[in-house]
Amino acid sequence: MTGSVTIDSTSLLIASSLVLVSLYLSYSQKLGIEKETVVSVVRAVVQLVIVGYILEYIFGLESPLFTTLLLLFMAFNAAYNASKRGKGIKKILRISFCAITTGTVLTLSVLVFSGTIAYEPYQIIPVSGMIISNSMVALGVCYKQMISDFKNRREEVETKLSLGADILPSSIGIIRDAIKTGMIPTIDSAKTLGIVSIPGMMTGLILAGISPMEAIKYQIMVTFMLLSTTSISSYVACYLSYRNFFNSRKQLIIFK
Amino acid sequence: MPLLDFQDVSFINDGKTILKNLSFVVEAGDYISIIGPSGSGKSTLLRLCSHLISPTGGNIFYKGVNMNKYVPTELRKSIAYCSQLPYLFGNNVKENLDFPFSVRKMPFNEGRVKELFSLFNIPFTFLNADVQNLSGGEKQRISLVRTLLFLPEVLLLDEVTSALDAENTRMVLNAIFTLNRNGITILWITHNPEQSKKYANKILTLEAGEMKSLEVLK
Repeated sequence: MTGSVTIDSTSLLIASSLVLVSLYLSYSQKLGIEKETVVSVVRAVVQLVIVGYILEYIFGLESPLFTTLLLLFMAFNAAYNASKRGKGIKKILRISFCAITTGTVLTLSVLVFSGTIAYEPYQIIPVSGMIISNSMVALGVCYKQMISDFKNRREEVETKLSLGADILPSSIGIIRDAIKTGMIPTIDSAKTLGIVSIPGMMTGLILAGISPMEAIKYQIMVTFMLLSTTSISSYVACYLSYRNFFNSRKQLIIFK
Repeated sequence: MPLLDFQDVSFINDGKTILKNLSFVVEAGDYISIIGPSGSGKSTLLRLCSHLISPTGGNIFYKGVNMNKYVPTELRKSIAYCSQLPYLFGNNVKENLDFPFSVRKMPFNEGRVKELFSLFNIPFTFLNADVQNLSGGEKQRISLVRTLLFLPEVLLLDEVTSALDAENTRMVLNAIFTLNRNGITILWITHNPEQSKKYANKILTLEAGEMKSLEVLK
């Protein structure tokens, strides 16, 4: 593999015309999502520009403390977003933050202590970004599944409660299903890697001039770490949140 | 001291009054038939007894102590509840019958299951049957067996014979009456006036969430 790809601002501007295709389709099909599309594009550009500047600054700092603080900030934002899917569950923000942080810390520890990556901002931050965003998505799916299951499987839970069971054995089926649901997108995407999709990270490395054989090593690492982090985060989140579907008298509360 | 003592109990859900100012007592050994039109609050009353919900007004006392003072799991082992639509979980009947044992951290007692299967006329081969393949009546009987594996002090039954044929209904009624004679207090929701009078010593009538009467028969 030779040279890497660079994009100048003019090329980027021309590429932005692709957004017009989306806007035209929305307008002609009366989808009514033109405003949302424009807002999302503007947000994406502004956020990425800001992140670009911040990352350049942080990479230059080479401060482990600052890197850690940034990771915590990312985890908090992810937790905040995931918690929106669990509206009504008590302490959901705290639970989400705890789940995402646990998944991230454990996964990063293995990667750093095994020497796969170094605790340097230019390695830790992008890798953590992938870990944290996957955890966020997994948690959102878990919460949605739990809320719907506690509603739809009320009879099952109350039958078990009325047989004298505590809240954990009464909810275990729901907890397991929610963890499974949270992990399925990651498992499915791992199954189809290279067949259906060339993932973003691998594409990025290849575009940057890394040989495909080298790029797949990174992708394999990413696949392992995403599997690990989604399972840990989903597990922690589900086991911490199921209690909040019950009151202190071990009675099932149904969210509206 | 009454076994269950309802003092001015109300239950409001989503702004709708389901039960209003209910006051009555249940003595140990009572066999109470609960009757009333649909939507009169019968099932809610049993759910309150089983502590699956708590009153929004008033108090329920069990053996003289407010229900809220009991450990809920222990209370529900003493006051067993069998709902109108029996829910069998898991894949097979055995999973359901093993559950009450596992809750009590006890090994599965095949002898006890056999005894109850024979009482409710269920072939023992049903133990490994897939719950999806059972009829409504079979589910109701399995659900009763599951509830009775450990004898409670109070048995709450919500139309548990609604899916049974005449012969099985008679058999269940006799079995429940035998349990009552052995000291278990029964609260039974029924739509069958004949059934309600045959075994019960009291009939509680609900109407629009209010207690219309508590008739003592025997």
